[in-house]
Amino acid sequence: MFVTSAFAQESAPAADTSHAATGADTHSGTSVPAEAHGAFPPFDPATFPSQLLWLAITFGLFYLFLKRVVVPRVGGIIDVRNDRISQDLDQASKLKGEADAAVAAYEQELAEAKKNASSIGQQAADAAKAEAETARKKIEAALDEKLGEAEARISSIKANAMKEVGSIAEDTASAIVEALVGGKASKAEIAAAVKSVAR
Amino acid sequence: MAADKVDPIHQFHIIKLVPINIGGYDLSFTNSALFMVATVVVAAAFLFLTTSSRSLVPGRLQSISEMAYEFVGNMLRDAAGTQGMKFFPFVFSLFMFVLVANLLGLFPYFFTVTSHIIVTFGLAALVIGTVVVYGFMKHGLGFLKLFVPHGVPVFLLPLVVLIEVISFVSRPVSLSVRLFANMLAGHITLKVFSGFVVSLSALGAVGVAGSVLPLAMAVALTALELLVAFLQAYVFAVLTCMYLNDALHPGH
Repeated sequence: MFVTSAFAQESAPAADTSHAATGADTHSGTSVPAEAHGAFPPFDPATFPSQLLWLAITFGLFYLFLKRVVVPRVGGIIDVRNDRISQDLDQASKLKGEADAAVAAYEQELAEAKKNASSIGQQAADAAKAEAETARKKIEAALDEKLGEAEARISSIKANAMKEVGSIAEDTASAIVEALVGGKASKAEIAAAVKSVAR
Repeated sequence: MAADKVDPIHQFHIIKLVPINIGGYDLSFTNSALFMVATVVVAAAFLFLTTSSRSLVPGRLQSISEMAYEFVGNMLRDAAGTQGMKFFPFVFSLFMFVLVANLLGLFPYFFTVTSHIIVTFGLAALVIGTVVVYGFMKHGLGFLKLFVPHGVPVFLLPLVVLIEVISFVSRPVSLSVRLFANMLAGHITLKVFSGFVVSLSALGAVGVAGSVLPLAMAVALTALELLVAFLQAYVFAVLTCMYLNDALHPGH
């Protein structure tokens, strides 16, 4: 008991007597190395040089490894990705611009085509109307001509008929005169008589 | 030996695995050193292997490595600006080392490197040493402006400077004690509650029934310790970033 508390005082002045007592208990019960005894282990200065040395070695190597290998690598991965993303975004915005331009061109063409279509329709309608008009006029003219011809023919037929009516009347008159009078009337007299009647 | 099972301090004992003694100093390869090596190997192997494919579209594990990288990178950039990025490998290794050491310590029967004050103090001293050395190298005596804030009345200056000096000197202490105490307290609490489970269940049926409560506590505490393990690594890294910012820009 005295020995262990002396150890405690020597190694860790902060450790109180109750810890020294547990230390003594452990001492009697277990085979923990002697210098770890009296003190609360984290405050035991006997372990400090070894822990500091190994901390320096391990942490130093860790630092070097991270600095030389891991940081450049992960930084590289992230940089490459950021570059790639910004590139892709650029390309996407470029493609979007192209698509917009294409849409605008399409709409313009559509509008033009609509305009053209209506003008073409108008032209076609006008042309059709004009054609119909000329056709109508031609037909009308042809009809008029035919009408004129027909009228001419009718009038000539009528004239012929009238002429024949004269000669028939003369024949008839001469026949009637023959039958009634029994004599022959001269042809000129009969013609003059028919003419005066027809008038 | 039964006493060892419930002794919450037992887990912190240093055991010599390969005794080495040079010039009167005990430099043995201990369980603590073994777990430092394990921490470094696990962290380095994880970072190395998960990023070995360098895929443009990361898998889950590669995402973890990248997240850790960007997490620390953003932290450092926010605290110390773009100039601070020259310290990135240092802060990143500190963060990964502390995080993996904390996480490894959560496994049963594993030694928690960060539960020893000398380890955390070594890391904190490294941080403050870097700050002081780099500060004087970059700014010369202008680094001392760190202790003289702008816009303080002259008659208050001695007092303010004294306070600033004390706060600067206490930084390595607070930085190391915060991590150490959190890990130590967490592991002791875990051990105490698990010890209850063991002792109670030795008492027969009633004890087994009664041990459900401390068992639930131990499970909940494990989850809490997982959070603490991450949080303390984060706090350590954030404070490192802030102290490095002082070295880069000593004027307040």
